[in-house]
Amino acid sequence: MTKKSLFDKVWEAHSVRTLPNGQTQLFIDTHLLHEVTSPQAFGMLRDLNLPVLYPQRTFATVDHVIPTDSAQRQEPYADELAVAMLNELRKNCKENNIRFFDVTSGGQGVIHIVGPEEGITQPGCTITCGDSHTATHGAFGALAFGIGTSQVRDVLASQTLSFAKPRLRRVQVDGKLAPGVYAKDVILHLIRKMGVNGAQGFAHEYAGEVFDNMDMEGRMTVCNMAIEGGARFGYINPDQTTVEYLKGRPYAPKGAAWDEAVKNWLSYASDEGCHYDEIIKFRAEDIAPTVTWGINPAQAVAVDEKIPALCEIPADERAGAEEAFEYMQLSPGQPVAGTKIDVAFIGSCTNGRLSDLREAAKYAKGKQVAAGVKALIVPGSQIVDKLAREEGLDKIFTDAGFQWREAGCSMCLAMNPDKLVGRQLCASSSNRNFKGRMGSPTGRTILMSPVMVVAAAITGEITDARKLFGIA
Amino acid sequence: MKLPEIKQVVSTAVPVLGDDIDTDRIIPARFMKCITFAGLGQYAFYDERVAADGSLKGHSFDDPKYTGATILLSGSNFGCGSSREHAPQALYRYGIRAILAESFAEIFFGNCTTLGVPCVQMQGADIAQIAQMVQSDPKTPVTVDVENSQVKAGDKSFPATIRPGAQKALVTGKWDAIAELLEAKAGIAALEAGRPKIAL
Repeated sequence: MTKKSLFDKVWEAHSVRTLPNGQTQLFIDTHLLHEVTSPQAFGMLRDLNLPVLYPQRTFATVDHVIPTDSAQRQEPYADELAVAMLNELRKNCKENNIRFFDVTSGGQGVIHIVGPEEGITQPGCTITCGDSHTATHGAFGALAFGIGTSQVRDVLASQTLSFAKPRLRRVQVDGKLAPGVYAKDVILHLIRKMGVNGAQGFAHEYAGEVFDNMDMEGRMTVCNMAIEGGARFGYINPDQTTVEYLKGRPYAPKGAAWDEAVKNWLSYASDEGCHYDEIIKFRAEDIAPTVTWGINPAQAVAVDEKIPALCEIPADERAGAEEAFEYMQLSPGQPVAGTKIDVAFIGSCTNGRLSDLREAAKYAKGKQVAAGVKALIVPGSQIVDKLAREEGLDKIFTDAGFQWREAGCSMCLAMNPDKLVGRQLCASSSNRNFKGRMGSPTGRTILMSPVMVVAAAITGEITDARKLFGIA
Repeated sequence: MKLPEIKQVVSTAVPVLGDDIDTDRIIPARFMKCITFAGLGQYAFYDERVAADGSLKGHSFDDPKYTGATILLSGSNFGCGSSREHAPQALYRYGIRAILAESFAEIFFGNCTTLGVPCVQMQGADIAQIAQMVQSDPKTPVTVDVENSQVKAGDKSFPATIRPGAQKALVTGKWDAIAELLEAKAGIAALEAGRPKIAL
C-alpha cells in the first residue's frame, strides 16, 4: 500500500475532477460564513439566478461587526452599516435555509471558535470560509482554508471550487516546551524563523512531540496562524486528543455512527514514512515567550531578547524593518521588554477560548491592571463566555480591573466599536500586527500569548511573564 | 457565460513599492462595512494616502503623473494577510488591471485571478528598473504579455512568470470558474452522497 499524507488522502477523497485550467475541482464538506465576506457572494448568486446547492453543509454566525459591550450590543446597533451587514446575513440564511448561530441562539461567536465547539469541525473534512484564519480547523486534521468572496459564491453554488494543490511541508517540533511557553509562542517562533512568506505555496503539517502533547485549543492557536507565515493550510494529524475533544459535541456523530466516524477520522492521519516535499525541524527548548516588535508577525523576538539592530537583519528585510521601527516608534537594539502599553486585549480566533481565559485568569487573580491601561477580555463565543462565568473567571478578571465583554472579534480587526485611538499601543493575543489593524491608522500592536498580555496589563509594559509570576 | 480572453494588458504603470504590503493596507477593515463591492475603489490604500487631518500624504495613487495607469508595480509578498476580496476589488474598481510584483500572497493571487487581474511575478531588479523608467517618464508604455510571459516597458523587455493554471485561465477567458464548476453537477452529487453529513 502506498504511504500517504493526510493532505493527499483528504485531497483525493474530495477531488471531483481535473478542470480544463489544470486545477482540481475540490468538494467542500463544510462551508462557514460570516457577515463580512458573504453578502456580496449571495448578491452574485442572485445575479446569476443560482440557488445554494447544499444549505445543510453551510453554517453561519456574526462576529466581525458585533459590539462586545453589553450596552452597545442592544439592537439596532449605533453603526448602521453593521446593522445592514448583520441583517443581510440573517436574511440570506433564512431565505436559503442555512443554520445561523444568531445573537439570541447562545451559540454565536467567532466563526473559528463556533465550528469546533459545536463539533461541526471534523477530521478528514474540507472546510472553507471567506476568512484567512480558516486554517484554525486544521487542528482537527481537516483541510481548512480561507477563500475570497467569489469563491464563497462558487462554494455556495456548487459546493466545490477550483484549486491548485500546494506542496506539503512537515514542520516538526520535538522536545518539551518550557513552563510559561504556550502554543502562541510556538507559532510566533515558527513564523519568526521561517518568515512572513516562508510558507508560500505550502500546506504545513505540524508534527512532533510538542503537537502530540498539545491540547486541541493549543493546536487551534497554532493552525490559526499558519497564514501569517504564508501557508494557506496548516493541520495536525487527528489522534485520541482530537477524538476526546469531539465526543459529545452537538454536531458530532452519536451511537454506532460515532464508532464508525472515529475509525474513519483516525484513518486520515498521515502514514508513517509518507512523502513530504520538505521537512523542517525545530526544538521546543529553543522557544521562549515570543512577542512581535514590527508590523508583520515575523518581526518578532523572545521577550528577553533585544529588538534586532539593523545590521542583524538580512539586507532584503531592512527596508521593511526601518518602516516598522518608524511606525512602532521602537528603537533597534533596545530590549523589547519595558515597552509601555496603553491597551491589553485577550480574545480573537487565535486565543479567545476557555483554556486561554483559564490560564490568563490564573495569573490575573489577585492582581491589578496598571493605572492608565485599558484591559479587555473578550470570550470567543457565547459558549466560552458562559463556561468561563460558571467557573468565576469573569469575576477574577473584573476584580483585577479588566473589562469582561461579550463574544466577537473585537479589537483584532476593529470592525466594531473596540478600537485603538491614535498611536495607542496594544499588547494583544490576536494574530496580526499590521499597520492600522486595530482600527486606528496609527495604532500599534504587539502580539503575544494571553499570559504575556496579563503580565503587560499588570505592569503597564511588555514583561516576561515567567519572571513576573515566577513561572519555572 | 463568455468572459474576455485576457492575453495582454497595455497601459502605463504606477509604482507602490515595498515588501509585504498587506491587505489591511490595501483596504483598511473599516471600509469593509458594506454589502456590495461598489464604491470600494476610492478607499484603495486609504490610510497610506490620507493623513488623520485629511491631507494627502503624497502616495503615488494621488500623484497626477500616474493618472490613468492601470498596471501596479510592487515588491515581494504583495497582498499578504486577510482573505478579503475587498482588497483586489478595491484595486480593480480603482482601475488596476494587472499587478507586477516579486511575489504574491496566495489568497490574494487567487482572488485577483478570479477578477481577471493578472498577477505577474518578476525579478526585483527588473521591477526596480521599470519603476525607475516610469518615475522619470510616467508615460512610458507598459505591456503585460500574459500569453507569452513577458513584460515590455518602453523599448525594453523583461521575463515574467505567470502561474500556469492562472495563465491558461486568463488567456482562454476561463478565469472565473463558476460555469465550469457547475458543469460537474452529477460528479458533485455522487461525491456529496458519500461524504458524512454534519447534522444534529
